[in-house]
Amino acid sequence: MRKRQLFAVLFVIMVSPAWLFGAGTVSGKVTYTGTPAKQKPIDMSKEPSCAKQYTTPVTTETIVTGPNNTLQNVVVYVSAGAPDESTAPTQAVTFTQKGCRYLPHVLAMQTGQQVKVLNEDQTSHNIHPLAKVNREWNKSQPPGTPPLSEKFDKEEFIPVKCNVHPWMRGYFAVLKTSYYAISGDNGSFSLPSLPPGKYTITAWQEDYGTQTQDVTITGSETKTVDFTFKAKPY
Amino acid sequence: MGKVFAVILVVIALASAVPIITHTWYGSRISLSPPEDISTHGHAIDEQLSETMIEAGLLFLAAQSLLAFFVWTFADPKDDTEIKTFPGGARAMVITALVLVGTEILALGVFGQKAWANVYFRPAAPDALEIQAQAGQFAFYFRYPGVDGKFGQLHPDKIDEGNSNFFGLDPANDVESRDDIVAGELAIPVQREIHLLMHAKDVGHSFYVRELRIQQDFVPGLDLSVHFTATKVGKYEIVCTQLCGLGHYNMKAYLNVMSQDDFEGWMKQKVSEQ
Repeated sequence: MRKRQLFAVLFVIMVSPAWLFGAGTVSGKVTYTGTPAKQKPIDMSKEPSCAKQYTTPVTTETIVTGPNNTLQNVVVYVSAGAPDESTAPTQAVTFTQKGCRYLPHVLAMQTGQQVKVLNEDQTSHNIHPLAKVNREWNKSQPPGTPPLSEKFDKEEFIPVKCNVHPWMRGYFAVLKTSYYAISGDNGSFSLPSLPPGKYTITAWQEDYGTQTQDVTITGSETKTVDFTFKAKPY
Repeated sequence: MGKVFAVILVVIALASAVPIITHTWYGSRISLSPPEDISTHGHAIDEQLSETMIEAGLLFLAAQSLLAFFVWTFADPKDDTEIKTFPGGARAMVITALVLVGTEILALGVFGQKAWANVYFRPAAPDALEIQAQAGQFAFYFRYPGVDGKFGQLHPDKIDEGNSNFFGLDPANDVESRDDIVAGELAIPVQREIHLLMHAKDVGHSFYVRELRIQQDFVPGLDLSVHFTATKVGKYEIVCTQLCGLGHYNMKAYLNVMSQDDFEGWMKQKVSEQ
């Protein structure tokens, strides 16, 4: 009987350290120094049904900047220190093809989580995640067909392209952890509900690569971790 | 029964006569003729094709009629004796037929060569506007040398389509490539000779503009080129006519023939976007 109680207490400690000791947050900003490459206009004249959806020219999204030298679309995640998560969330993430572009440009998900791919265009798309660690696949999706559903089992940053429209480019960030965020309009991110512990935080940008920083959370506190990437003009 | 075959032959001959006759009815609604020619060389090709159609068509009709006549006359013999030899001997007739058909084919070849070789083997004028065309699965891209008039080097390892680097330029190290203009449409000035340098990125493709009367394959590893002068402002479709893979049906671009002023404006706009 006593053993069972002990196990129950241990179990509670294991599964809900945040509840017991308070949860910390890591937040910060992603910025750049230098001159980022000028984004190129995308010529969609080959696909009039997409081209007519834009009044101003759309550009590539390799580097998306915000005010005060901030960087968007940077995946910030806990790369070491977080407890292993054996189950993937049941909620699927959505990747939409609209106006011959990918929305969002960078989509983060957990390993084993379903990704739902939608085609909202009047034209056929061909979704081709260029996976190297995971299984590579390549599926055609004509207009009006139901969403595709797929998942990835291993951690990887996967470029996604459309075989029919060469300018289309997106990224799947498949992560082992549920502690991730993507920097928003003003380059800021926040990783809440982190139990006390030592963590390695990694920031990934599709062109500039990765940066890591270590951080220790001791209780319910907010630690600031900022990342600065060096921009290249070309 | 033989008479039925003869009638069928005549019906086939008459049906075949429709495209042979209508191909010359330019501009009419039931015309099977090619669309309006907008190039300086296209008329020679049209004339040659028309000539070929008429000559080969007439010979075809004559042969069909003759065949129908013989079938009608000789298909149902009254006695069952087997015909062993052609009545009157066939050697002279066969030789005559061979010589006539051979001469016709040779003549078509020789005269046709003039229309085609005149475009293909004559080099482009030195002041022709050079544009590089790249075909890749499944889109065409066009590169203009930019303000400096020089094309930057190509580095296939630098190709990054998500970053709009379709040609594999290296602007970080190669100054000449920095002002190169890459477009998804082929914009050209009217009445100016264009020298199109053709480059295949992956597999075989083809450049076909019906109105220009030009069809030329892209062959990986070969530097091919065509030259032409467009004579009419407008927007025309460029299609790939070499089966190149899954998205072949969707591989197209537009040829945008503009007045000299409009072209300069377009160029300025593109330069400002670089």
